[in-house]
Amino acid sequence: MFTSLAKKWFVLPVSVLVVAVIAMAGCPGTTGGGEGLSGSFNIIGSNTVTPLSSVWAEEFMKVHSGVSIAVSGPGSGAGIAALINGTTDICQASRLIKQKEIEEAQANGVEPYEIQVATDALSVVVHPSNPVSELTIVQLSAIYINQITNWKEVGGGDEPIVVISRDTNSGTHVFFKENVVQMKGLPAEDKSLEYGSKVLFLPSTKGGVDEVAKNPNAIFYPGLGYVTGAVKPLAIKRTADTPGVLPSVETALDGSYPIARPLLFYTNGEPTGVIKAFIDYCLSTEGQAKVTEVGYVPLP
Amino acid sequence: MLGQQVTVAIAEASPDKGLRRRWRIGEKFIEGWIFLSGLLAIVVLLGIIALLLKEGLPVFLYTPPWDFFLGTRWYPVSEPPTFGIMPFFVSTLWVTLVATAISVPVGVACAAYLAEVAPDKVRETVKPIIELLAGIPSVVMGFIGLMLLSPLVQSAFNLNTGLCGLSAGIMLSLMSLPIIVSVSEDALRAVPDEFRQASYALGATRWETIRHVCIPGALSGITAAVMLGVGRAIGETMTVLMVAGGALAVPVSPTEPMMPMTAAIASGIGNAVRGGLQYQALFAIGLILFILTLTVNVIADRVLERQRRKFAR
Repeated sequence: MFTSLAKKWFVLPVSVLVVAVIAMAGCPGTTGGGEGLSGSFNIIGSNTVTPLSSVWAEEFMKVHSGVSIAVSGPGSGAGIAALINGTTDICQASRLIKQKEIEEAQANGVEPYEIQVATDALSVVVHPSNPVSELTIVQLSAIYINQITNWKEVGGGDEPIVVISRDTNSGTHVFFKENVVQMKGLPAEDKSLEYGSKVLFLPSTKGGVDEVAKNPNAIFYPGLGYVTGAVKPLAIKRTADTPGVLPSVETALDGSYPIARPLLFYTNGEPTGVIKAFIDYCLSTEGQAKVTEVGYVPLP
Repeated sequence: MLGQQVTVAIAEASPDKGLRRRWRIGEKFIEGWIFLSGLLAIVVLLGIIALLLKEGLPVFLYTPPWDFFLGTRWYPVSEPPTFGIMPFFVSTLWVTLVATAISVPVGVACAAYLAEVAPDKVRETVKPIIELLAGIPSVVMGFIGLMLLSPLVQSAFNLNTGLCGLSAGIMLSLMSLPIIVSVSEDALRAVPDEFRQASYALGATRWETIRHVCIPGALSGITAAVMLGVGRAIGETMTVLMVAGGALAVPVSPTEPMMPMTAAIASGIGNAVRGGLQYQALFAIGLILFILTLTVNVIADRVLERQRRKFAR
């Protein structure tokens, strides 16, 4: 009786264990093939860079079947934190690393190494039905600090503005704050300005674009790669006197679009081995062609 | 208990002392195993409390506790950072309030129907289905809220955006509903049948019996169910992160976009460097959240215990 009872109680967990072991053994068993490159690494960071890294990773893994790459995009800040904490191999970022973060990394024995992989024109989008078609940086700043709260103050209808931003994990959040909200490089620059308390902070760029597509009064700032036909990008004027410039690959390349920014990879020290091979691919003509496909601006 | 009975039965049936001793050893082993498992749960709990205290308390050296609780500005990535969690705390209260206001009446009514009115067959099919609702992943609920509910809420209340505390609260009410229905139904069914018979004998209708006999009889169990539902609503993260809108103002009405405490932790933790100020501040929020849900659960536990004693026979 004892033995039969024991059998019943142990057969299930043991069989589960066996299945799990077989399943796990199956994974690394697929290595080999390609050009002899193998290994696995992960890319964590910017939500903006994620669509690009994913395409690169897929293409790279197609050619080198022994390599496995995991891409995730919680935000640049999260990626840099992961680099500092040693939990990622490549950090993708849509803003420059801060001096404070470099110090924190060095204290942890991590030496951030910076590689620019593409450029992005940060677009400001509204609902297609919105009559407003251009804004100055100063107006944008006033909207994001909740000083301007109605579309009629910037030439639109008498409707309240629903201001949408990314959350603090996002490099776009920080880049937009420094360059637009605080008006970096303009006479009106004010480093004490912060996002207003009525601003909606959303956890993903896609979520923000979806909300603008549904909401006629919303405004949001996605990367160029996230702009779809369901939203309308605004022309941005550096000052009231300069002409409005629409975000595009051309205007970002010739420097006329005022809020363009680098998209970056950070590694711990100069990359080696399979990671170097991957980054070399990203920077190659073939890799840079993917940048245009995804909707960002390739390196010159 | 069962083990002991079996041992006795075997001991009586078989004079084989070797077998008996083997049983004793086996039983000692199992007893020890269960003891260790129980101990492990307590150790893990104490570990979590210790970790929360260790990581969370140092932020109070930078921001005094009163500024932390009553401050209305949360700018963790600015120089210098400011940490005030009043907006998150009030948001959590609003969202929980909306969720409770919807799920309690609906949940208790549903439980009363299942326990008192529905035929056995209906109950046996409906109750598992409602309990299945508890198994829907919260990210799916968040997605439904984002895509289906928020446009509805926006047009129904004529709001600027449907991403607000109200939408989040409605989604949360759906998530705490299964707990409330399931536990209340058990409580109602625990009310002894003699009570109902006596009520009918006095000429009360079924509705009067439910209202004046069954529900008051099961009140402590229903209260516990409500507390458990509230605990679920306070602690839920993914749904509120996706649906509540995430604005940093102290919300004065549930129709405003807001960021409850759980969403604040989830949206900030990826960005926080281990041991940094923001990291500590987020752990301090976690500590407050832990105390809040612990209080609710302890109350629920007490009330449930009282219910059990009431009908113990």
